Amino acid sequence: MTTLVDYDDAIARFDPVLGIEVHVELGTATKMFDDAPAHFGAQPNSAVTPVSLGLPGALPVVNGTAVEYAIRIGLALNCQIAETCRFARKNYFYPDVPKNFQTSQYDEPIAFEGYLDVELEDGEVFRVEIERAHMEEDAGKNTHVGGSGRIHGAEYSLVDYNRAGIPLVEIVTKPITGVGARAPEVARAYVSALRDIFRTLGVSEARMERGNVRADVNLSLRATPDAPLGTRTETKNVNSFRSIERAVRYEVSRQAAVLDAGQSVVQETRHFHEDTGSTSSGRVKSDADDYRYFPEPDLVPLAPPREWVEEIRASLPELPALRRRRLVTEWGYSEEEMRDVVNAGALDLIEATVAAGAAPAAARKWWMGELSRTAKTSGVELADLDVTPQHVAELQALVDSGRVNDKLARQVLEGVLAGEGAPEDVVTARGLEVVSDDGPLLEVIDATLAEQPDIAEKIRSGNLGPMGVIIGAVMKATRGQADAGRVRELVQERLS
Amino acid sequence: MSTINADEVARLAALARIDLTPEETDRLAGDLDVIVQSVATVSEVAGDDVPATSHPIPLTNVLRDDVVGQTLPLEDILAQAPQAEDGQFAVPQILGEEQ
Repeated sequence: MTTLVDYDDAIARFDPVLGIEVHVELGTATKMFDDAPAHFGAQPNSAVTPVSLGLPGALPVVNGTAVEYAIRIGLALNCQIAETCRFARKNYFYPDVPKNFQTSQYDEPIAFEGYLDVELEDGEVFRVEIERAHMEEDAGKNTHVGGSGRIHGAEYSLVDYNRAGIPLVEIVTKPITGVGARAPEVARAYVSALRDIFRTLGVSEARMERGNVRADVNLSLRATPDAPLGTRTETKNVNSFRSIERAVRYEVSRQAAVLDAGQSVVQETRHFHEDTGSTSSGRVKSDADDYRYFPEPDLVPLAPPREWVEEIRASLPELPALRRRRLVTEWGYSEEEMRDVVNAGALDLIEATVAAGAAPAAARKWWMGELSRTAKTSGVELADLDVTPQHVAELQALVDSGRVNDKLARQVLEGVLAGEGAPEDVVTARGLEVVSDDGPLLEVIDATLAEQPDIAEKIRSGNLGPMGVIIGAVMKATRGQADAGRVRELVQERLS
Repeated sequence: MSTINADEVARLAALARIDLTPEETDRLAGDLDVIVQSVATVSEVAGDDVPATSHPIPLTNVLRDDVVGQTLPLEDILAQAPQAEDGQFAVPQILGEEQ
């Protein structure tokens, strides 16, 4: 199936329905059911215990912090928290699942029946209904060796169990209807809003590119909004916001083509390909999907005391959407500026910089300008730069007081980034302060005017055009440490 | 009324990767059917006031503090593996899709 229906044409004739499953890896110190470090990326198989490996007789014990995080997520998504719930075994065979079952939750999730209000680019708010959020564990990591490195054609596989058992929360939406042409945008905005919530709650680093957050996107088409739901496909592990949008677009166009040809959409999992923006057929739903869930006999039921739930509810931080709305007003940013700030991961940094005394506009200028460029060049996150909000506020204070100009301020920042200390230390060590004493400045100005008598004459006769030449020369001679405005005044005084 | 037949046993055995002979399949179908019938009888007796029980001991909320403990040394782990490479378990070519 290579012919696609034009997206707009498909949307004009079909009503798309979304369903999104998001897995988030929790940022706990240890795994879900054992005390091995939950730190994927270390030396292979260095973070495993008998439980992670599913050795006979090994018994799981639930991580209390993971439960608390799951409840936090549930509450932030306006869910009810189960008075009692259980873990269940999902049975299947795959080498990255050492026990031959994944410990998950089945008919009794810890959180259920919630919603999330998602703000789209134009400010429209769309409500996504949440069916459930349940706890489970991650699988290990397979590396396919030989052949093309993909599953098919591999000669054998290597398995690292460090990730096996890392706590996950899976959040499942109800069918998302009424999205129309905005299906790709809604899907993206929903996952993006979840990512922000995970970070705000402090339950996960929530880095898409590291697989901390993974989305499976279900999509079906139907002739009209009144018709019953069509057959859906599930595109697995779409791991960037852009890919989520593209995958939805592609599936709309592809399924429309299948239906136009008088065929039926096959219920299957599909894979998204970053390079072509297309999806390809994966696994057709079959007998093997009979996971034979049953209650996990090795774990007793969980009955989160209501006082605990209310304690967690009371301790929830201000959620991203509310906070953004508050800050955009307080700071006087445009919606677009705010969105850029959020996307750059600069919101917390700017808030802390403002708290340290800088004006919101100045704080934004530093973090979104000079510092964003530096971070991009060195390939690190803004928050990982060797500069603190306190530094930026101090730097801006130096500018505001006229002790350094913009150019010097950038040099000060360079010093701070190079680990030379706080802005004040860099100013002292590098001798970067603006020359405010007129004496030395006048000496330089006199010397400059003497070197350029023609220009001096022109200015004296009232032609201020070449003034820039003199100011430029003075700035150069003082290595940028003069206040250009003051230089102009002094030159005019000298030549009047 | 029989609820477990040989086909059902064969299907479950395939899902569980258990290799059964036709004789074993037939025998198990009979045995399992008796068990299922017995459970059904119990279900009839249990009214709505009896909650489904997954554990015999009425215990809840057995939780652990989130503190890192002892992990296994790599040599010990890989000593369990029929084959290993680069500190990882080497397993035969995987057919089918990841879950």
